Amino acid sequence: MAASPATVELPATTRAALARPGALTVLGRFVRKKPLGAAGGFIMLVITVTAVFANLAETHDPIATDAAQTLGAPSAAHWLGSDHLGRDVYSRIVHGARVSLIVGLASSVLGSFFGGIIGLLSGYAGGKTDLITQRVLDIFQGLPLLVLAMVMSAALGASIENVVIAISVPIIPRAARVIRSSVLSIREMQYVEAARAVGVRHLRIAFRHILPNTMGPFIVLMTAQLGSAILVEATLSFLGLGVPEPYPSWGRMLSVSAAEYAQKAPHLVIFPGLAISLAVFGSNLLGDALRDTLDPRLRGA
Amino acid sequence: MKNYVAQRLGIAILTLLGMSIVIFVLLRLAPGDIVDILFSTGGYVNADERKAIMKELGIDKPLVTQYLEWLRNFMVGDLGKSYRYDQPAWDIIRPLIPVTVELAALSILVAVCLGVPTGVISAVRQDTGLDYVLRVFSLAGLSMPAFWLGMVIILGLVSWLQWIPPVTYVGPRENFWLHAVQFGLPALAVGYRSSALIMRITRSALLEVMREDYIRTAWAKGQSERVVIWRHALKNAILPVVTVIGIEFAFLIGGLVVTENVFNLPGVARFLVQAILWRDYPIVQNLVMFIAVVVIFSNLFVDMLYGFLDPRVRYGS
Repeated sequence: MAASPATVELPATTRAALARPGALTVLGRFVRKKPLGAAGGFIMLVITVTAVFANLAETHDPIATDAAQTLGAPSAAHWLGSDHLGRDVYSRIVHGARVSLIVGLASSVLGSFFGGIIGLLSGYAGGKTDLITQRVLDIFQGLPLLVLAMVMSAALGASIENVVIAISVPIIPRAARVIRSSVLSIREMQYVEAARAVGVRHLRIAFRHILPNTMGPFIVLMTAQLGSAILVEATLSFLGLGVPEPYPSWGRMLSVSAAEYAQKAPHLVIFPGLAISLAVFGSNLLGDALRDTLDPRLRGA
Repeated sequence: MKNYVAQRLGIAILTLLGMSIVIFVLLRLAPGDIVDILFSTGGYVNADERKAIMKELGIDKPLVTQYLEWLRNFMVGDLGKSYRYDQPAWDIIRPLIPVTVELAALSILVAVCLGVPTGVISAVRQDTGLDYVLRVFSLAGLSMPAFWLGMVIILGLVSWLQWIPPVTYVGPRENFWLHAVQFGLPALAVGYRSSALIMRITRSALLEVMREDYIRTAWAKGQSERVVIWRHALKNAILPVVTVIGIEFAFLIGGLVVTENVFNLPGVARFLVQAILWRDYPIVQNLVMFIAVVVIFSNLFVDMLYGFLDPRVRYGS
């Protein structure tokens, strides 16, 4: 039996240099290098907190009507004014964050997830399977995202679940494209060949060896889709094809009441639109910065 | 080249066939059948009437027959009959097309005029304050819903200039300036949004080209910044920009859908929304298919354009 080798005590400075940077350090570096991205992250954080704690952040019941307060201008009681039914605009925007974020997150996650799996399998399989999959995806991609979502939402009927489906399906081919292209390059790596040589099964290679390495583009993709999903939800709701009453939705706040009463009560147009723009702006900023950081190959794409 | 075109055309037609199936199936996803949906607001329809209606609409036949009939009619340009107006769909759609085409062309013009110069400036002044300002400006455009931007523009005109834009369509011969304003404003709203993509692509393509040797040579020769950038660099950076303009087309239609509604312009996109809201499915089915044809062929056209813009691109092999 050989004696176990003595552990070498490293100097503190070396240990510090070898240690993985802590979460705070990484965050600090991100903020310094990507101030715009950090600003986007901050915006999204604020919106998320608002959405989660909407019941605490509200000043009024978002669906309670008040005949005495119809079309009231912003005041101490109603910070952002009230709408044609006397409902508090601020509280409705706060609760609208919930709908926007839930629908946006659910559809971008669902779309990216299914698209990612399709892209992974199609890219890994290659050959005819890949070719046919790509052609089928072309079919879905040929239609403008909004038009496809509109038609689906109308056909399925208005409910939150159906809106999520209507928005996530058009995301699938876009997600599949991105993941497939990164799988194509990873597939040729030596460690994949090695795994194959020791007899690892194909599905296991795809999911255990290749999938984890596509996480960078995957996260980037999801963030990028989040903004457009929020925007599509707002547009569908604006057109009356989105989230049904009584959920307060930013897009619907802009539709009926706002257009009619715009002159008398411009706050009905300004604030919900600002909320949508801010949310989409935040996720776009964050998405761009994440892309530059996690996936330098996609830079500028 | 000929082979390449034929091959691309074949793929385009196959894609369109696939799309027709997707669209056909999508519109039949609705729970219950189309008669129920159509007449759910109209009250009770007795069984005989119901049968007669289904026969008249041709939805009593098996789905496959319906599909094939639709496809045949679409190919010969018969877009069917509108449930709501009770007249041939084509008669309704035809006068709407020039409105949408004009708005789309103006929007692309705005997008290019806004996107390319800002992209160039942003690339040349990379990482300066100006670059940041322009990037935020373009990203803001991408983040604002086009319909909201339209509403804000109208609101601004009304409250500051005390001027209400025309609510009904004004023909170019009736009053040219009013017509120009009526189309210019929505084109601005849609174009600003679309310019964001063009700006980003221009910026990144130009940044890449600026690192090339021949650009350094041009600088070394002592040529002015204007000549180096606009003549030497931009020429080679423009190809990806053209691609984006092609892709943009699909994106643009999405923007038009809502903007035509906000500005009350009688175009195809506004009509599509109305048809969807009224569940006028024959119209929806044909219009969406029509949009698919336009998108696919505009993409094809852009691909063909490469050969003329960039002699390095060779087709075939």
